Amino acid sequence: MAESKKKGQEVIRTEHLTKRYGKKVAVNDLNLSIKKGEVFGLLGPNGAGKTTTILMLLGLTEPSAGTATIEGMNCTRDPLGVKSIVGYLPDNAGFYSDMTGRQNLRFTGRLNGLEGQALEDRVESLLKRVDIEYAGDQKVGTYSRGMRQRLGVADVLMKDPEIIIMDEPTLGIDPEGMRKLLILIRELAEEDGRTILISSHQLQQVQQICDRVGIFIEGSLIVSGTLRELEEHIRKEGSYLLELSVQPMDDALLGMLYQQDGVKKIEKEGDKFMITSKKDIRPTLTRFLGENGYTVYHLHQRGGDLDEIYRVYFEKAGQADERSSYEKNNKKRRWFGGKKKQAVS
Amino acid sequence: MKKTTKNADGSAGKRSRLFRNGGSSGDAGSAKTGETGEGTRRVSGFTGLSALFRKEMADQLRSRRFLILLILIGATSFASFYGAISELSESTSDYLFLELYTSSGSSIPSFMSFIALLGPIVGLALGFDAINSERQSNTLNRLVAQPIYRDSIIIGKFLAGTTVIAIVIFTIGIAAGAVGVLATGLTPTGEEALRIFFFLIFTVVYIAFWLALAILFSTICRHSATSALITIALWIFFSIFMSLLAQIIAGAVYPINTQYGQMFNQVKYYTLKLNLNRISPYYLYSEAVSTILNPSVRAVNVVTTSQLVGAISSYLSLGQSLLLVWPHLVGMIAEMIVAFGCSYIGFMRQEIRTN
Repeated sequence: MAESKKKGQEVIRTEHLTKRYGKKVAVNDLNLSIKKGEVFGLLGPNGAGKTTTILMLLGLTEPSAGTATIEGMNCTRDPLGVKSIVGYLPDNAGFYSDMTGRQNLRFTGRLNGLEGQALEDRVESLLKRVDIEYAGDQKVGTYSRGMRQRLGVADVLMKDPEIIIMDEPTLGIDPEGMRKLLILIRELAEEDGRTILISSHQLQQVQQICDRVGIFIEGSLIVSGTLRELEEHIRKEGSYLLELSVQPMDDALLGMLYQQDGVKKIEKEGDKFMITSKKDIRPTLTRFLGENGYTVYHLHQRGGDLDEIYRVYFEKAGQADERSSYEKNNKKRRWFGGKKKQAVS
Repeated sequence: MKKTTKNADGSAGKRSRLFRNGGSSGDAGSAKTGETGEGTRRVSGFTGLSALFRKEMADQLRSRRFLILLILIGATSFASFYGAISELSESTSDYLFLELYTSSGSSIPSFMSFIALLGPIVGLALGFDAINSERQSNTLNRLVAQPIYRDSIIIGKFLAGTTVIAIVIFTIGIAAGAVGVLATGLTPTGEEALRIFFFLIFTVVYIAFWLALAILFSTICRHSATSALITIALWIFFSIFMSLLAQIIAGAVYPINTQYGQMFNQVKYYTLKLNLNRISPYYLYSEAVSTILNPSVRAVNVVTTSQLVGAISSYLSLGQSLLLVWPHLVGMIAEMIVAFGCSYIGFMRQEIRTN
């Protein structure tokens, strides 16, 4: 038992998890492993299959193939066991609007077998923790979106879960509310040692608090790892994007840039050059700029943030997707004469 | 080959889950508790059910809807009693107190027929948005993520609704009787009180059928307006149009518009018509309660004159009356179970996710 509490042990595991709705593949051969005490971000655009994956983890929908296990329990066969240790905050969590915040929490507590003083204590401490104590006796119908989201977090914590799954928790909250929520989520992982799985398409916010992220596109997990790992991965692929703004922006500079080894593309965007290159050109570039009396206004290497990582992977997936759809189209087109389509490509 | 094995796997999973949800929850739970040694983590299915039941009861009893229904049923009941009391002086029955419930006067229908007609409204109003309102407000997905069996959600709703119905019906039935005692000075005999008690039980079952039907449509339909309309349509169909339909069908199968037809088909015609009518819970209920509340009703089926020869003209005892309508009760319960069973299966198979 003590061993399972140890940090670093795998708590969520999926093997070849697949879900099909008719012909559409919502989740395709997902292999995921999440460790104890980790904040994992499942990132991807809308409709990528994130919610479906979560539903399968909770045993709310049956996988078409493959298995998902949480703490060794099969999510499909033992949903009750899973649900008693996993807290789930659904996207746009709803509450009974004619009940107060306290009453809503109490109800959830009762469903989890809490009664009497223990229940009251838990409700009070959680209201305090998510900072909506003042609104505990107001009807939830009067709550703002941010308050509702915080009540949602309290609701998830009612069962004192070892694992928390949040579906788009940052959606529709103002920046300040978002900041508080993210701090709270981070606390849940660091102080309480809970494992947290966040699904989101809002990368900027989520990257701040995730230990590891997985990028999920069209039902497939494209890549997963720590931010640094992903960054390295992109570097290896040779895709650097440098923003540069100097005075003057003359031809000599442009000529020098093109001479650099590995520069693939230079685009002008407003008053900036966007330089795509295979390797880091900053060392030579700064020397050149300094020696020739340019004034540097702006020099920024993109790629360190998730947006960039996401862009690169998304582009890759998009290309692959385009290719396959093109092939498909081509096959269809053959009946009508595929020449037009080929000419376009 | 590969595909077939996969399918087999999937269906086995489904079956085992259904079975698990079905009942042996306690065993599975305790076995697992012993294994992991985390007694407090495991929540038995019953905890969820009782919490849900309590919440649903509180919701229903506190709702404005409940108050409106109570006033509606209460007001019509007292109106019917008013009519019955004015007619009472002309009655020759030995069961005068029961006449309060069955006789109609001053062109106001009797208590019995009022309940038969308006009772379904109670069931429909309590159940038409049971599931889909939770789905609409996104509370259902939060609910199914709790460690409770999914069926306890729908069972809890049905049980709470039925309890509310029982409370309403017994309150109104007994209150009306008390008004009758005060207004007329009549006191019910033991048998009369028992007959009224059975009448109220039948009423609860009848309205519980409509509740089950309403819950069924609330699981199928996404919007509560749709489910409300469908259930109201069914209510009107069963209480008004079913008898017309039965007449048309029976007439088509066994024509009695010629003299020849009348001679040979009459019994068959009436039997078929009766049986078709009895599909409707409205008819079943009306027939059953008029037998219970009126001891002079001696038969519910078609009786020929030759069968009546030598029959002793007297009232039926309570036991005999009940024996006569036993199949009606079974029929109503069966219809209720079918409606609830369908909604149960529908609900268990649905995928619940955010809109």
